[in-house]
Parts: sequence; C-alpha cells; structure tokens
Amino acid sequence: MSGLRWFLLWFISLTWNCASAETIYPAVRPGISLAFPVDFGAHLQFRIEWWYLTGWLDQEKSAPLGFQLTFFRLRPGLQENNPSSFAPRQLIMAHAAISDPVLGRLRSAEKSARAGFGIATAEIGDTSVGIDDWSLRREAGAYVARVRSEALSYELTATPSIAPVLQGENGFSRKAPDPHHASYYYSQPQLDVRGWVDEDGKRLEVSGRAWLDHEWSSEMLPAEAAGWDWLSVNLLDGGALMAFRIRGKTGDVLWAGGSAQTPGQAPQILAPADIMFTPLRRWHSGRSGADYPVEMTVRAGKRLLHLVPLMDDQELDSRRSTGTAYWEGAVRALGEDHREIGRGYLELTGYAGRFSMQ
Amino acid sequence: MALTPAAAQALGVAVGDRLRLVSGSETVELNVIALLPGVGGSQQLAVADIATVQSRFHRLGRLSRLDLIFAPDQSASAVLAAIAGVLPAGVAIAPVDEVEARAERLSRAYRVNLTLLAPMALVTGAFLVFSVQAASIVRRRSELAFLRALGMTRRELLGGLLTEAATVGIVGSLLGLAAGLALAALALHVIGGDLGAGFFRGGTPTLVIEPLQLGIQLLLGVAAALAGAWLPAREAASTPPALALKAGDDERALTLLDRKAPGLICLGVGSSALLLPPIADLPLGAYAAIALWLAGSVLLLPQLARSLFASRLFARVAASRGPARRLAIAQLRGAPGLTSIGTAGVVAATAVAAAMAIMVGSFRHSVDQWLAAVLPAELYVRVSRGAEAGFLDVPTQRALTNVPGVARVDFIRQSSLLLKADLPPVALIARPQKTAPASLVGGQVTDDSGKYDLPVIWASEAMADLYGWRVAQRVTLPIGGKAQDFLVGGFWRDYSRSFGAIIIDLDQYRHLANDELANDAALHLASGEQAAEVMERLRQLPAGDVLDVADASEIRGKSLAIFDRTFALTYALEAAAVLIGLAGIAASFSAMAAGRLREFGMLAHFGLTHRDLRRLIGIEAAITTGLGIGVGMLLAFAIALVLIHIVNRQSFHWSMDLQIPWLALAGFGLSMQLAAVIAAIGAARQALGSRAIRAVREDW
Repeated sequence: MSGLRWFLLWFISLTWNCASAETIYPAVRPGISLAFPVDFGAHLQFRIEWWYLTGWLDQEKSAPLGFQLTFFRLRPGLQENNPSSFAPRQLIMAHAAISDPVLGRLRSAEKSARAGFGIATAEIGDTSVGIDDWSLRREAGAYVARVRSEALSYELTATPSIAPVLQGENGFSRKAPDPHHASYYYSQPQLDVRGWVDEDGKRLEVSGRAWLDHEWSSEMLPAEAAGWDWLSVNLLDGGALMAFRIRGKTGDVLWAGGSAQTPGQAPQILAPADIMFTPLRRWHSGRSGADYPVEMTVRAGKRLLHLVPLMDDQELDSRRSTGTAYWEGAVRALGEDHREIGRGYLELTGYAGRFSMQ
Repeated sequence: MALTPAAAQALGVAVGDRLRLVSGSETVELNVIALLPGVGGSQQLAVADIATVQSRFHRLGRLSRLDLIFAPDQSASAVLAAIAGVLPAGVAIAPVDEVEARAERLSRAYRVNLTLLAPMALVTGAFLVFSVQAASIVRRRSELAFLRALGMTRRELLGGLLTEAATVGIVGSLLGLAAGLALAALALHVIGGDLGAGFFRGGTPTLVIEPLQLGIQLLLGVAAALAGAWLPAREAASTPPALALKAGDDERALTLLDRKAPGLICLGVGSSALLLPPIADLPLGAYAAIALWLAGSVLLLPQLARSLFASRLFARVAASRGPARRLAIAQLRGAPGLTSIGTAGVVAATAVAAAMAIMVGSFRHSVDQWLAAVLPAELYVRVSRGAEAGFLDVPTQRALTNVPGVARVDFIRQSSLLLKADLPPVALIARPQKTAPASLVGGQVTDDSGKYDLPVIWASEAMADLYGWRVAQRVTLPIGGKAQDFLVGGFWRDYSRSFGAIIIDLDQYRHLANDELANDAALHLASGEQAAEVMERLRQLPAGDVLDVADASEIRGKSLAIFDRTFALTYALEAAAVLIGLAGIAASFSAMAAGRLREFGMLAHFGLTHRDLRRLIGIEAAITTGLGIGVGMLLAFAIALVLIHIVNRQSFHWSMDLQIPWLALAGFGLSMQLAAVIAAIGAARQALGSRAIRAVREDW
C-alpha cells in the first residue's frame, strides 16, 4: 500500500463534515461477495479506492530495484450536481517510486487530476485507471503499468500466477474494533513482471515479482488511529503473506490483520491476535526527523519473518505537497535460519509526527 | 473563490465573507475562502474553480484559454503546427512571449507617444540653453579678448569656456531632473499613470526611477549647453585680441551660423523621414521629421532674418519716421545673427505649442462629432459597470422593450475576435445596422445588384491599417465557432478602440452565432417622454438593481472630460514651451543689451532719451519675435498635419478632421509677441542706466 493512502484517509476523516450533506456514500458491509472482473474495476460510489502495485525487479548488471505504483480514486462529494464537465466528481491521483540501492534513496513522481475528458479516468467493469500517459490497466488478464516522468519512467506487465486472495471475511476487511471501519480488499500476489525501467535515458530490461492490492471504502480509519505498519510478501515457495496493524495515538495497537497462503492451499485469514510486529532497528531520517523501525520481526500466524530493507532510506518526504512523510520500501523477508524466504514491501506511516496541512 | 490581497483590500472583504458578483442580469454570491498566497503587488484578481465559474456564470461548455505545457522531448514548433491544424475558427495558438507581447502592445502606442512628447519639450529647452550660452560668451567678448592679450592661450580659453558651459549644464540638468521627478511624483499622485485615459485600470502606478533614462536626459542637457558654447567659444579663442577688443564686432562671432546647407539638409531629411513606414508600429519617422524641421528652421533663421531685413519692403519701412524705428531696423539689418539666436527659442516654442493646439483641437472636434454619431439614442443601459460577466438575457431584453415611454430599443452584443495571434483581439459589435454607420469615413460598397451575395460588415479604420482590409473586400471571420465570409462595406471612425472593431447587423449575428444575449441597449424614447422618468421605471425592473443606466449627454460629457484630462498634459507641455521661449527672449535681449552698452551710451550722448532707447529695444524685439512667431506658426501647421495624419494614424489607427482654432492661435501669437517685447525691455532695462554713459568712456 502507498503511504499516501494514510494521508488521504486522514484527510477524509478531517473533511468528513465539509462534504455536502446530501452526498451518501455506501457503507462497507460483511457478507457481500466480490465478483470479478467487475470488482477489478472502479467503485465510483465509494469515497476512496486504490490500486497498489509493488514489487521487486531484477536487472542483469546491478542490484535489484523496488518499484511501486499507486492509483487513487476519490469521490469528494462536492459539486456533484454541477453540470460542468470540470466538476470534481471524482479525483484521480497517482504516485510512483523506484527504490534504487545504487542511488541510495527513492526516485518518485506524482500526478493528480479531476476525472474527465478521457484524460484522467477510473473505469468501471475492469481495472483501468490513468492520468495522461500514466496508467494501470488489465489487458488480456495481465496488469500493464505505464509511468512517464522526468524522475522515473517504466512500463511493466504483471501476469498473475495464482488466483486473487480475498482479504478478511471474503473481501470484507476490518480496520478497527468498530466494524464500520472496514474496506473491501483483495490482493493479487505472485505477479510475474516483465518490462523496462528508464535509467539515465536508457531502457533497462527488467523482470521480477509483484503484488497488487485493490481496496475501496467509505469510512476506513477511526479517529484514534495514528499510523499503520503494512507488509506484503511474495514468498519464494510460491506462497503469499500480508500483515498490517493500525496503531493508536498512545502507541497501542487498535487492530491488526492479515493472510498467509501456502501454495496449493486456501489462504489462511489471520485474526488480530495472530499478528505481532516487533521493531529490531530504527533508522533516523535527517530529512523529517522521524525514526522508522526499518528492520522488524513479524509474526503472522505460524510464520515468523525477519524483515531487512533493500536500503535504509526509502522515506518519501512529501511534506511540502501533502504535509506528510512516510517510509515505504522494498524489504527482504528472512526465515528463522536467516535465509531469504521472500521479498515484499513494507509501509510505515505515522512516524513523522502529526500530519499538518501547513 | 480566492482573492489577491489587493483585490480583498479594494473590495473591503476578508476571508469568510461573501461577495456578490454579477452574472448575466443576476447576482451570484461566492464565499471568499482564502487570499492567494504569493500574488502580491497591485494585481486585483479573483480565482475560483473552473467548474464553479462555468456553472454559476453561464459559461458551461466554454473555455476562454488553454495553457499548454509541452513534453520535454517535443519541438515547440511541431506541436504548435499540429495543434493549429485542428483548432476551430476563432481560436489561435501562440507561444507565451507572443501573448505577452500582445498585452504589452495594448498600451504601447500611448506610452511611447507620451515618451516622445517629452523630448519635444526638451528640444525647445535645448534651444534656450543654446542661445543663453552663446549670448553669455558673446557678451564677454572683450573680457575674453583681454584675457588672451594677457597671455592666455587659445586652448586654455576654449577649455575654460567649455568647462564653464559643462558645469552650468550639469548643475542645470541636475536641478531640472530633481524638479522633473518631483513633478512626476506629484502628477502620478494627482492624476494617475495614464492621465485618466483608462489604459491601466486597476493598478496604482508607482514612480519608477530609471537611472539610464535619467542619465541620458542629463547628458542631453549638458550637450545642449556645450553646443551653445562651442561656436562663440571657438570664435572668441581664435579672434586676434586686438580685433575683439574693438567695439561693434560682436556679430563676427556668429558668422559661422551663416551657412544655408545644414538647415536645408535638416528640412530635406526631415521631410523624407515622413515617408518611412511605422517602425515597430510606432511613428518614429514622423517624430524624426518634427525634430529635424525644428532644427532646420532654427538653423535657417539667421539667413532668413538677413534676407528679410535686407529686402526692399523692409527698407521702405525703415525709411519711415522716428529715430528709434530707424535705428532698430538698421541694427537688425547690420547684425541679424545675435537677435535670431534669441528667436530660436520662440520658433521652437511657437511651433510645438501651436501644433499641439491644432492637433488637440482637431481631435476634440472630431471626437465630439463622433460621440454624437455613435450615441443616437437618449438612454443607454448595460449590466453593471464594465463587468464582462454581465449581460442582458432575453427576459431582461423583453422587459426593457416593454418599459412605457420607450419607443425603440437597439440591443448591442459585444464580443471579441482574435484574428491574429500577435495582435490584441478585435471587437465584434453586433447591433441593428442595415445601412452604413453614421461615423463612416471614405467610400462604401453599393450592392444594389446583389452581385456580392454576402452579408456586409463595417470595419473601423484600424482594420484597414492593421489587417490591410479594403472596401468591398471579402473577409472571413470566426463567428459562432465557424468561419463565415463577409463583405467589407466600408470603414468607420472609432476613437474608443485602436486595435480594430467590426460592426455586424444584429439579426445577421444572431442568425450566425445563435447568441440571443446583449451587452448594451440603446433606448430611443417616445416623443415627449422625460429621460429621468424612464430611468426611474428602468430601476423598478426585476434586474433593475444591476442595470447601469446613463443618458447620452452624460456619456458624452464624461467622454469629453476624459479626453480633456488626457490632454491636460499637452497643455502643460505647451505652457512649458511658451515659458521657455519667453525666457529665451529675455536672456538674449539681456545679453544683447549688455553687449551694446557702448552703443546705447553713444546714443544717449547724441540725445536719445531712455524712453527712445526702450522704444528702440522694444521695436527690435517685436520684429525679431514677430519673425520667430511667423516661422513658428508656419512650422506648427506642418507639424500639426504630421501629428494628425501620421502620428495619430500610425499609433492609434484613427483619422480626424483638421480643425484649426484660428482665434486661439491668433490670441496665442499676439500674447507671445507682447510678452516677448515686455521681457526684452525688462531685460534690457538694466543696461540703460548710468552704465551706458560710463561705457562710452570704457571704449578707448
């Protein structure tokens, strides 16, 4: 997941009362079964939605890269009756990053626009979101991600090798003790990635493994939430593991959840008690002053993973645009014998102090 | 919406307030949610989301501008060409600098003409400085010869005189600059940056001191002083001291002025500069011609004086009775050089002041007639003051038509067409116009046979200048998003838009553009109706509180007031020119009298009274200034024609009818003459005391 989501959710909880009173967002309820490919597409009535693609890319000459692409769709609930084609009925935001250990920090770029005119879109029916020449689309069963910017460009095709995993209760994923705070959430782990990444104007052929999360909700986080730790790992044995915890303002854990899949078996859905994050080493950011627990052990059900970051500085400092800084990057998962058993992405939000709109 | 701090201050609103805005014939209320950070200065802007503006201000489906940012790997010209190929009629694409140049162009003609008027005053001033300098050296001719006799070398003397002139020039120019800056600050404070012409609305101008310009002005001042000193200083340094110490030799100092060629060359080159096309849309050739004519006339003045005074006509006058008159004429015939130096200032002052008076008089007369032609109705209605978002919708139009006492309503729809990307847009005025407009100038199309089979439009004169249109030309205009063909029926005079306007018949426009709205309404009242009563009825209409009603005489009065205010500056410049001219007369006669002390003393010995001597000087002054005023007036007519037919036409693209204010010019000439004689006598008075008697003894 992209740390920007944290900011958006927090912002939504702040502006909840600003939306016009007549805007009614659908509630997220248990017992609704997701139907594909329709649920691959956008759910325009809900307040917020995202498609979140993360992964590791191997290249011939040097160390592996981490990559991330997130498309958000927001329904701000403003001017919905305005007949203007420019009315901001839906906002599309996109954020892309590459973790390059050679560079030692992230390359990132972002775009945002109100939906319309076929320039910024979030289609219903199947995955198809885009702004200008950025897009994430399902084409012939595979996800195609296209990003063009001065900071980074890539074009990657991610083909599923296993079925999607419905998180929580058949896709109903709770985020707090109060079941109102929930989302519809499924993941597509173990995606085979091929494509190219731009490096200094040259196209570098890459291949690797990726993970896609698709989640939509209207009311996700409780007001007491202060941040989250979120992990997704493609295991080398073909399995997949997702774990998250929502932290409260006093450092307590408000909620936790996850899933673990062993190849050939149905995914095991994990309860809050099954999840345990234990920081091992913190990295201090000179930029934001935050201390991120970049190395942790994570217990998820029967599995115990030791997370080691691809590089320490995978902090995204967007305090100037969104007022937030967070850590989001590629991590290796080591087993109890310190051998690599998987590769994934870890997201750490709420460590750089309170968000501020200044 | 958000406001710039300047806008919030001007409107007296703060964040959280509501602001009433005019949209069509209605008002819309918007919340002020923020002040725009980083937009400082005096810009008054309001910014709102495009969706809000489109829905609340009747702009659905319409955009006025798209800003494009090219991808880094694209060539700008290729993208421009590709986009230009798919644009609908009436939409142009242009690089940012071209668009900025267009905005700059809007007020450039006005600004540059204002800037060029200032050097005209400077030229007049330069003649004064020149004559004062020259006279001051001529006057000290015998002292200078004495210095030479005492052993001062030529080079030392010349250097000393030029250093003196430069010092005077620097001190005088610095004082002048300080006074000029103070006046500019005062004028900005009192009148505003455009003298009330309405070019730079919305901003408060601040006094910007440009060191380079000030430096140039300073150099010009010093150069004028040095030029005035140069000839007499060189002569004083080169004349053998024994000769210069003799009396009555002053005229020799000025023999260098006795060449015809420079003056004739100036006049000739100046006249041919008139043929130059506008340079960068500015009448620079015309201004060069004016400056060269002034210089040429002044250079030829000694020649003219010499041949005039030597003429038989003059000899006959000289033969008349009275010693003073005879003496005066003898003096002028014998020594025309010195007096004509003083007259240079008079020529320049008269020429500049009278030319401006003729031009402004013609302009005002033409504007007055034009206002009568364009304001045929009794009452004029529009929505709010200058609000572009305001218009009269169809129900309001119907309501206006039905107001009791209104016989007929002409609705006027204004929009703008961008015909050339680098020119400001052209106004398209749709109004009932089945025949030629009243302000038509020149010929018009007569299409009785219907051979053209095209709708006719009427273009302002600027369309001929800027777009090369001719009567009966077939032109294409983007109306209603489609390119439509029209026939240019003729040209009309437009003093309110110098970048072009087109009149199209309202029915024709509505048919083509599918646009039923109107911006203005001209109300013709039924006979016997009082304008004030109808205005009161208009205020009772549903849209009455946003309607701005004015009667034609009010608009006419206001327009002429703005005109007069704009040209107040020229009156000030004229006054300055006259004062400078008079100062020149006073200075040169004071110098002349000092130089002729011995002569006056001799005359006193021969029995001439002080009164006779004053008469003598008065007659000399009257004749020389009369000559100067005559030459200046002739020059003024020529310059006025240049101002009317070239400067105005090339700068603002409008014509005007020559209207000569004979009475005012005669009054001006006579008062100038009288003032000059008084100034001359007053200046010479000093010399007529006991010093004249003593001076005879000094002459050994």
